Amino acid sequence: MNKNTIIVIVTTIVTVLVVLGVIVILMPMIGPRYLHPMMMGDEPVPASLDTNTSGLSDGGLFAVSWTSDPPGPPLSQVHTWTIHVENADGQPVTDASIFVDGGMPQHGHGLPTSPQVTENLGSGDYLVEGMKFQMPGWWQVRLNISSGTQRDTVTFNLTVQ
Amino acid sequence: MKRVTWIAGGALLVAATAAAWFLSRPPAWSDEEVATLRALWIGSLPALPPDPSNAVADDAAAAAFGQALFFDTRFSANGKVACATCHVAPLLFQDSLPLGQGVGTMTRRTQTIIGTSYSPWQFWDGRKDSQWAQALGPLESAVEHGGTRTQYAHLIDEEYRLQYETVFGALPDFSDRTRFPEAAGPVDDPAARAAWEAMAEPDRDAVTQVYVNMGKSIEAYERQIIPGPSRFDAYVAALLSDDRAGMAEALTDEEVAGLRLFIGRGQCINCHNGPLFTNNEFHNTGVPAGAGLPVDAGRASGVQQVLEDEFNCLSQWSDAAPADCAELRFVTSEGEQLAGAFKVPTLRNVAERAPYMHAGQFATLAEVLSHYRHPPPAPVGHTELEPLGLTAVEVAQLEAFLRALSGPLSVAPALLIPPQ
Repeated sequence: MNKNTIIVIVTTIVTVLVVLGVIVILMPMIGPRYLHPMMMGDEPVPASLDTNTSGLSDGGLFAVSWTSDPPGPPLSQVHTWTIHVENADGQPVTDASIFVDGGMPQHGHGLPTSPQVTENLGSGDYLVEGMKFQMPGWWQVRLNISSGTQRDTVTFNLTVQ
Repeated sequence: MKRVTWIAGGALLVAATAAAWFLSRPPAWSDEEVATLRALWIGSLPALPPDPSNAVADDAAAAAFGQALFFDTRFSANGKVACATCHVAPLLFQDSLPLGQGVGTMTRRTQTIIGTSYSPWQFWDGRKDSQWAQALGPLESAVEHGGTRTQYAHLIDEEYRLQYETVFGALPDFSDRTRFPEAAGPVDDPAARAAWEAMAEPDRDAVTQVYVNMGKSIEAYERQIIPGPSRFDAYVAALLSDDRAGMAEALTDEEVAGLRLFIGRGQCINCHNGPLFTNNEFHNTGVPAGAGLPVDAGRASGVQQVLEDEFNCLSQWSDAAPADCAELRFVTSEGEQLAGAFKVPTLRNVAERAPYMHAGQFATLAEVLSHYRHPPPAPVGHTELEPLGLTAVEVAQLEAFLRALSGPLSVAPALLIPPQ
């Protein structure tokens, strides 16, 4: 065996070891996904998804927040939300009418139910009955809020597990 | 020279072995995946939810009465069909046929009763919103039991008076055959329907009350039909107590790979979630119409039927307050997503329940998975399935996992046979 042959063998071995080492080190990070780069199915949820439960409406007219009962909110279980609405000055809006809508942006479908505000609880709080999320993942809930002549929309993101 | 070759060969062998071990080793479950597995685990099945629409849902005497009714073939047009005819207890309360066979042939597959006490909707299209209302559908269907509610009231009067009165109090006197004809009810048969319409309204209501109480008793019985743990559940129990040996004993590597696909890239868990592996909602998966059957609108027609159903949660026959009927009051009754959508079935014991889909279109699990692997356009509405790019090996892994969902019922043996 001449010198060149040895160099070729050693180089090959070192290269193989380095490549395998890199793969092994990266495995926990990339998981088995690299085997199927074309087959990833679900688009990932946007990393910067804002899942705050309070926020300003699109036009800045209302400050809105929500809580669910039970909290979570739960998967595949009909439940209620309480929505709190304030105006830009921080005063509760007690005469709002609210239309509830929602869906899963990644699956192109809406809510399985048609939730409605069934009770004005006073102090800017409104009871929504009939909320339901039947799939885990990223959901959006849109609230169309009107009070007097003012009308605005707020969208909340949430992940259901 | 020789030494260098030996060293190089040895190093290569070590590297290859290490790489093979790393690549074949099942990766550990992440915290998020463990939470998902726990949610599928039978240990997460909550206590039986109350049914406010049925005051005797948890009454033992009602359940015993309901069990007798469930197995009694006299409650039919030809004396040969009972609930148990299609919901065969030893076959996991289904019949293994593509289409149910009563006094005639149905247009849909018999669904199992197991775990349906947890579902807000009954039937493939959710046209009933309680187990008791569900039980009353087949009894008056022309192709299932084929009988009428006055026929059944007379039978209760003659054969079950004591049992009935123990639960519901005094049974009205139905002996006057001019007021209470042998065969009368709001059914397809024109003669029976005419006889029903000729009856005085209080008499009709007296008969319907008995009919409703039959359904409520059958529900009290059916509520107890609950699934038991499978090998999958043993695996999760072992995982949650960090018992590696128990995990390895419960599921093979192939089944674990299938489970990983089930909760991951296979996206099965989008609909088959929770400890019963169903969200009890309705989805269009583009399943072709059954052979020789017209296209089935599924939920789009079922939702209209449940809203108009004389026995729904808001009806006079329901014991629920309107506040207890949130599913019905806020149901989505219109929209493209309802067309061709069918209820997601439980996957517990799925391997024992061929054929599959709402008209038994697929004979084997392999055919079902092939449908998901290559989703065709829907016969009506739009399929929610997308190609997943699963390989043949991965599909086999999924099938192996589905077979690990079988387990015995968590039901007292006395409930699986007619009451003694």
